[in-house]
Amino acid sequence: MKIDDLKLKSGEWLRGSGPESDIVISSRIRLARNLADYPFVSRASEADRDHIENTLHNCIPDLQEGKELLYIDMKTLAELDCQFLVERHLISREHAESTGARAVAIDGHERYSLMVNEEDHLRIQVMHSGLDLEGAWEQITGIDDLIEQKVTYAFHESLGYLTACPTNVGTGMRVSVMLHLPALVLTRQIEKVFRSLQKISLAVRGLYGEGSQSMGDFYQISNQITLGRTEADLVKQVADIVPVIIDYERQAREFLIKESHENLHDRVSRAYGILRTAQTISSEETMHLLSSVRMGVNLGLINDLEIPTINELFIQTQPAHLQKLSGTELDPTDRNIERARFLRRHLQKHTNGDEPEQN
Amino acid sequence: MKCQKCDKPATFHITELTGGKPQELHLCEDHAREYLTQSNDEQSTVGSMAAVLAQQMAQQMAVGQTAEELAQLDQQVCPVCGISFYEFRSQGRLGCPFDYTCFKKQLEPLILNIHGETEHVGKRPSRGVSGSESRTQLIRLRREMKEAVAREDYERASELRDEIQRIQSASKD
Repeated sequence: MKIDDLKLKSGEWLRGSGPESDIVISSRIRLARNLADYPFVSRASEADRDHIENTLHNCIPDLQEGKELLYIDMKTLAELDCQFLVERHLISREHAESTGARAVAIDGHERYSLMVNEEDHLRIQVMHSGLDLEGAWEQITGIDDLIEQKVTYAFHESLGYLTACPTNVGTGMRVSVMLHLPALVLTRQIEKVFRSLQKISLAVRGLYGEGSQSMGDFYQISNQITLGRTEADLVKQVADIVPVIIDYERQAREFLIKESHENLHDRVSRAYGILRTAQTISSEETMHLLSSVRMGVNLGLINDLEIPTINELFIQTQPAHLQKLSGTELDPTDRNIERARFLRRHLQKHTNGDEPEQN
Repeated sequence: MKCQKCDKPATFHITELTGGKPQELHLCEDHAREYLTQSNDEQSTVGSMAAVLAQQMAQQMAVGQTAEELAQLDQQVCPVCGISFYEFRSQGRLGCPFDYTCFKKQLEPLILNIHGETEHVGKRPSRGVSGSESRTQLIRLRREMKEAVAREDYERASELRDEIQRIQSASKD
């Protein structure tokens, strides 16, 4: 398997199935682990980083069980490919932008990935479609167990798994769900929801994690505390709050349907119209309009589109994906033209296929 | 001993590790403060979330401690990886697993502030935890070996190499 094989399909977490998948895009868990016998990454010499990378690379065949796993040496990876992996949520932005010996291993179905020499020596992440945190935990603890048979993790009797930043010490675990909340944004209730989440020490982030702004009305909700609670408790804390937010979002959608049906239908239809006919369009506008269309499909206002198609478009219309899919590097102006062409092609074939591409 | 910058007695003895070579500074209280706040300004541009967090936490930690005590805590250096607590504070990242032991006093209030707890109750490595700390010593031994090679003390370097191999093979069983 090569990196270019990824672009032809999409990760399983985008397939739009699983419980509550109209609002919950994905459930994600990551574990931070470090080898006991090396300094943390920021203090490691280039030789240390090479050794860490080698040690962890040697553990990976054990994970495969006959399945394909793509191992990528990121030291020599082109910038466009790094960005491509960030857009697919397989690596963090920090991992893409850093330097030195580092790697990522990606499961063929993109259900999990392992980052080597990110902030910690090892970051394991598992992503499932819809609301399935228990399933994600079961899978990730299994992967963690397999690796731990081969290496000695840095572990402290009372502090647990030791991490480069004390914000992750203990379980080293971040549990998060990615939610699509367009109606709470439209009805201006989103801030209120966030404030109440912060009170129970849950963090809210945008589509691409720490420091990223919210795009396309996507929000990630995750635990902040990692010490003094069991992994099951941390999973439960997030899993318990998600149905509450889903309920708020559904109420807001019902309110919009009932109180301003014409306005909502108009908004959704116009968004769909622009996406199907625009000749040049920015990434930001695309996300914004796709968000309306996605809600329209979920509410039955658009009937000729499938959720997995829209989920994929959110990723495929991002800058690095467009360039990988078209096979050429493009400047922002050309990207906007290519993005509009891509959207017309993919959205028109779902309706009347004989509509001309250019008009 | 006199302060390197004036005639007052030197009460602060700072070891800076820059470029792998320890540099010793002997300063009076006034000049120590000046020295420490200077380097503070240089590094305050680090804008990462973690650094901001660490700064905030350190400020909270400072309640009830005098400037002198704080400066002393900042100068403390990890014998394993060589990072000073001050460096951690400005970067927001620790240097090695042993930092949690040697900076225990400084980190405890910080950890309590972030998590509200100081005891891990979750998953534990199935092979037990005793191996972890002896392996942490490998970080120090490798660093010392590198330094021995750099000063061409090959006898010491080979002793250290044997010691490293002994620990590595002992923990494989």
